[in-house]
Amino acid sequence: MSKPPSASGTPAVAFSFNGAPFEAAPGQTVGAALVAGGVPAWRTTRKGGRPRGLFCGIGVCFDCLVTVDGVANQRACLVEAREGLCVEGSGTAIEGGSA
Amino acid sequence: MSGIAARDVAVVGAGPAGLAAAVAAVEAGARVVVVDSAAQPGGQYWRHRPENVVAADGRGHHDWGVYLDLRARFDAARATGAIEYVPGRQVWMAQNDDGGFTLRTTPTVAPSVAPSASVAPPASVAPSDPAGAHPADVTAQRESVSTIRARRLVLCPGAYDRQLPVPGWDLPGVMAAGGIQAFIKANGALPGRRFVVAGTGPFLLPVAANIAEAGGMVAAVLESSSPVAWFPHLGAAAGVPEKALEGLGYAAVFARHRIPYRTRTVVTEVLGEDRTRAVRTARVDPGGRVVRGSERLLEDVDVVGFGWGFTPQLELPVSLGAETRVDADRSLVAVVDTRQESSIPGLFLAGEVTGVGGAALAVLEGRVAGASAAARASALSPAHASPQDRDQGEAPPSDALPPALSPADAARVARYRRFAQAMHRAHPVPDAWHEWLTPETTVCRCEEVTAGQIAEARDALGAADARSLKSFTRAGMGWCQGRVCGFAASCLGAGGGAHPSEASLAASAKRPLAAPVSIGELAALEPSTTTKGTPA
Repeated sequence: MSKPPSASGTPAVAFSFNGAPFEAAPGQTVGAALVAGGVPAWRTTRKGGRPRGLFCGIGVCFDCLVTVDGVANQRACLVEAREGLCVEGSGTAIEGGSA
Repeated sequence: MSGIAARDVAVVGAGPAGLAAAVAAVEAGARVVVVDSAAQPGGQYWRHRPENVVAADGRGHHDWGVYLDLRARFDAARATGAIEYVPGRQVWMAQNDDGGFTLRTTPTVAPSVAPSASVAPPASVAPSDPAGAHPADVTAQRESVSTIRARRLVLCPGAYDRQLPVPGWDLPGVMAAGGIQAFIKANGALPGRRFVVAGTGPFLLPVAANIAEAGGMVAAVLESSSPVAWFPHLGAAAGVPEKALEGLGYAAVFARHRIPYRTRTVVTEVLGEDRTRAVRTARVDPGGRVVRGSERLLEDVDVVGFGWGFTPQLELPVSLGAETRVDADRSLVAVVDTRQESSIPGLFLAGEVTGVGGAALAVLEGRVAGASAAARASALSPAHASPQDRDQGEAPPSDALPPALSPADAARVARYRRFAQAMHRAHPVPDAWHEWLTPETTVCRCEEVTAGQIAEARDALGAADARSLKSFTRAGMGWCQGRVCGFAASCLGAGGGAHPSEASLAASAKRPLAAPVSIGELAALEPSTTTKGTPA
């Protein structure tokens, strides 16, 4: 997992993803933090078990759904990462990306 | 019932059209409520990082001065209480009641998960009820406004990237072109390292430029159309010199970053096991047929951005019964008159829902819609009516309303519309795009319906429109309610490269619930409104 860019030098926001510590730059969305941190997918589809992450990026497609602090079906592209958030994907996340 | 905002004019959307409409309405004397799905104003076009984290500097934005001017007037009106701003909520149902409109809203992000508002509250707040009720509860209301009532409604819901499926487009790393831009604008980061931007239309250029300026590598921009397609339309484009200047700006960015721009070229397949690794590209003829032997493999690509023009968000206008038409880009759009009023009296529309035309046109349309809605509202409201209106005693016909635009601005509107029509004709969705698919290609991403299943429903069961395809295959029935696959499914239902019918596009835009809501929110509907309303 690579460090998210923090050009302003402000401290990163710490949250958890599938139980593991993760970081976001302040103001980033959960989806952006995951992708920038090398996780391109965090959900698998019901029928084909295919991996999904961000697609439309603006709240239209619902591909990027995550569970946040126990609340299911939140769009990762719209949820701002905040200190202490507990983010969970469903199915198998893909990590160690080239991103 | 608590959490109700009642105003003269309700505006849905706080992008270029919505901000302009809200400001115009309030400056025409109306009391306005603005509901927007985002946490801060700007829409997709002026999307920027959270204001409580980074002060927006307008880098990578066009017309930022226009935004700052609208925003200053918007904030000033919030400070006096003339505008009530309801951010972070989506409208899931709009109803045309006696003498007005009711909007039911739901939080975009669950309240327990959303951060506190990133936009500072105004300095002071006036009563939100035009009848003059209690100012005391207004701040509390702002936290929990769920129902909005207004005499007049201005819908400015904007648009999103139109998509065409292609083998592998469901792999992680494939994004909407606008999604990449939103990622950069909102997060100050990049969703990958080496990008391909593909599809058609002038919007591919700013997306690629944003990627390059943010430090990403753009391996190629692939445009299915050809510059030759411009020549018959140059007359229309010539009236919009700022568009030519914008084009020169992109040309400079492309040259500086050595971005290859290939015309008559498409992505025919995205390759990778569990994520995007490469794309297969091909040259196409003017109809979109692959030129034999022109396929190339472009390796080491981790993000592909697709954009085939835009799909306006029609569900709210459609649910209220507004008349629609198919525009030159084959998108379903709503019909409006010169006052931006739809076929439903009191329902005004501005921006991409009336025809995709870009932000500058959206701002002008928003100004007209806001001023017209305010004039209409005041014509019915003695408290705000001008002396002439009071003398007439009833709403004047819309062509008797005072002009909302100067002759110069009206001429600009005409020029921008001509330019947009020229762009649409120069950048069509290629007729033969369905030939790039295999039977296994996913068309509906939500319900995982394949091109083969859609072809079977069409050929064996006669499912030729989006509505019957939905019942037979479940295409368009998932979380996104056909927003992503609706256009493609309509094309495939029509078959053989035929253009989708207005009826099929309208069926796809018909969404009984315009946003996902909880059972509790449904159950809380008052019986009187459920019988009176006409949710699609």
